[in-house]
Amino acid sequence: MSERAVSDQDRQGDQGQQGGTQRLTLGKAINLGLRRAMERDPKVMLMGEDIGPLGGVFRVTDGLQKDFGSDRVVDTPLAESGIVGTAIGLALAGYRPVCEIQFDGFIFPAYDQITTQLAKMHYRSRGKSQVPVVIRVPYGGGIGAVEHHSESPEALFAHTAGLRVITPATPADAFVMIQQAIACPDPVMFFEPKARYWDKAEVDLTAADELVGGPGAPGDVRATVARPGTDVTLAAYGPSVTTALRAAAAAESEGTSIEVIDLRSISPIDFAAVADSVRRTGRLVVVHEAATFLGAGAEIAARISEECFYHLEAPVLRVGGFHTPYPVAKLEEEYLPNLDRVLHAVDTVMQH
Amino acid sequence: MFTPDVDGVTTPVGETDDDLIQLLTPTGERVHHESYSPRVDHLDRAALEGLYRDMYLVRRFDSEATSLQRHGELGLWPPSLGQEAAQIGSGRAMSSRDYAFPSYRELGVIWTRGVDLRSTLHIFRGEDHGGWDPNAHNCHLYTLVIGSHALHATGYAMGIQRDGDVGTGDPGRDRAAVAYFGDGATAQGDVSEALTFASVNDAPVVFFCQNNQWAISEPTQRQSRVPLYHRGRGFGVPSVRVDGNDVLACHAVTSEALERAKAGGGPTFIEAVTYRMGAHTTSDDPTRYRSRAEEETWRRRDPLDRMRLLLEREGSPSEFFAGLEAEAEQFGAEIREYCHTIAAPPVERIFDDVYATEQSQITRERTWLTEYLAGFEEVAS
Repeated sequence: MSERAVSDQDRQGDQGQQGGTQRLTLGKAINLGLRRAMERDPKVMLMGEDIGPLGGVFRVTDGLQKDFGSDRVVDTPLAESGIVGTAIGLALAGYRPVCEIQFDGFIFPAYDQITTQLAKMHYRSRGKSQVPVVIRVPYGGGIGAVEHHSESPEALFAHTAGLRVITPATPADAFVMIQQAIACPDPVMFFEPKARYWDKAEVDLTAADELVGGPGAPGDVRATVARPGTDVTLAAYGPSVTTALRAAAAAESEGTSIEVIDLRSISPIDFAAVADSVRRTGRLVVVHEAATFLGAGAEIAARISEECFYHLEAPVLRVGGFHTPYPVAKLEEEYLPNLDRVLHAVDTVMQH
Repeated sequence: MFTPDVDGVTTPVGETDDDLIQLLTPTGERVHHESYSPRVDHLDRAALEGLYRDMYLVRRFDSEATSLQRHGELGLWPPSLGQEAAQIGSGRAMSSRDYAFPSYRELGVIWTRGVDLRSTLHIFRGEDHGGWDPNAHNCHLYTLVIGSHALHATGYAMGIQRDGDVGTGDPGRDRAAVAYFGDGATAQGDVSEALTFASVNDAPVVFFCQNNQWAISEPTQRQSRVPLYHRGRGFGVPSVRVDGNDVLACHAVTSEALERAKAGGGPTFIEAVTYRMGAHTTSDDPTRYRSRAEEETWRRRDPLDRMRLLLEREGSPSEFFAGLEAEAEQFGAEIREYCHTIAAPPVERIFDDVYATEQSQITRERTWLTEYLAGFEEVAS
């Protein structure tokens, strides 16, 4: 496809109203998903820093304030706890706020509101108070950023009952999943793989309406087989799915068949999908950017060891971040689960 | 800085009594205030007796609950003794359409919202985290994390704006939210963020701060270098300081703040100067950090005593007081009896309502525990 053709299709995507399949970036797919959700439900509103005329620092909310007004796309004060805390109040008043946290490392001022209030309000009220708040968090590294702009705090939120934690890996999923998150009556942490914001792929803009209310949504988001294989299962999510797929392509040339599972949800985790795959392949490597220590991979390794003990040909291995702060940009390629480290783990489990 | 005043009670330097809105003195005499007196002029003797009854029964409930904790029937209790006027005065200024966001010591507030006070026993007996249906009473649940709910009230008020229920001039439609918190909460970032959000949005919310002088063992001087009601001004929020032991003044200033909020005039910060006469909770020992003299000073400012003096001055018969005492006796007996009926919930409750929709990990763990416990029953049979 020529550059000109891509550009024309992107412009079509900007309209946001047309159906059919379009080639979109992941960021644009979220933008269209937000637009679709706002059109569907007048109670849906967006809140965050710089999301209005600027369209967010990643332009994910580009054009939305212009079309929906400043009451529905709200430029908030620079106060993360305030953003989430007032979103809770708005949800109690019947609204469906979608908060944008500008970067992963800046979510911590809101951590108290998210974990002690948002996550527990339904439980505390024995179901009388629903708080359908979505918190969008650009997360992960690989963009050469400064400190606090490349973190992967998803396990901290997955560890808190009452929250759903999901993350898309593809533009098509991003378009659907953001709409599912907004339709969900539970609070949802929506982690956006910022290194993949500019990745382009086909997005089916017609299927979404059915999927928003389809099986597994807006409740549990199921895992998908991103690539079938027979020798090793690679379980990944968010930005690491692309890395896992690249590793699978590279391994194929060496005669190893890798199945890639895109988890899509970190709370709950679709253990059944991983276990099904492991029962066929006998080997599992989990890949994520977050530190492996007490990360999502640790939970998966433990659960699969418990459920698939007699099917495993090798110990479950994890490839992820080290137990250090996210390093300086000049070193992040060594910190991130790159192709070499993933293939090294694949080789290790194959040697058993 | 703060210095002791003539009664030995600390008062911020630069403050004078002129700053304090008071409509009823500790000796039960009315004080005229040009702006605020007209806001309580419509209260006839029956209405004043009603306010006194509110405070009297709430105090009775509070003392009964404190006793129940001492008898081991409750795990904990946060006494509201001394703060009845602040809570009843402000609470009775709200309409049924307004929405209250209480902290965890607002027994009087939730009483004015029509919540069955016995619901609170469920919380402190360890049977429930909440206790009542917030939407049935337009009264949110107690919030234990200090100051968090100031933001919830502000967000709720932003929802009221978006619903178009502000500034219409229709008293049946316009509404507002009220956030209740203490002096210690003013040091929390969330309260400052709530003031910012409320201010820039002109949100119809009233911040009602009960300065009861003590955040557990820390006096107000450890929370602020300025009088608390000055806090609002820095955020562009009109602020007022009121005698929190004067039910009429609390009613008047809250009434004015609600009126402004509902008309589209934005938020108000109210500092109600009161005193927590009891402990922070039943686990606390205030003798370690405050003097008998201080407690005695405030006892002379008891909010119920001054209201009784006013009622007697304005002709309430002794039968009214005797009848109320009998009503409170019966109320106390009912509370004791009810408390004993609160049993532990079924174990499945652990898993109920974590999510609004089914969540597979919860389902899995619920199934596991159910089967595990059933195994014991099979063994027993």
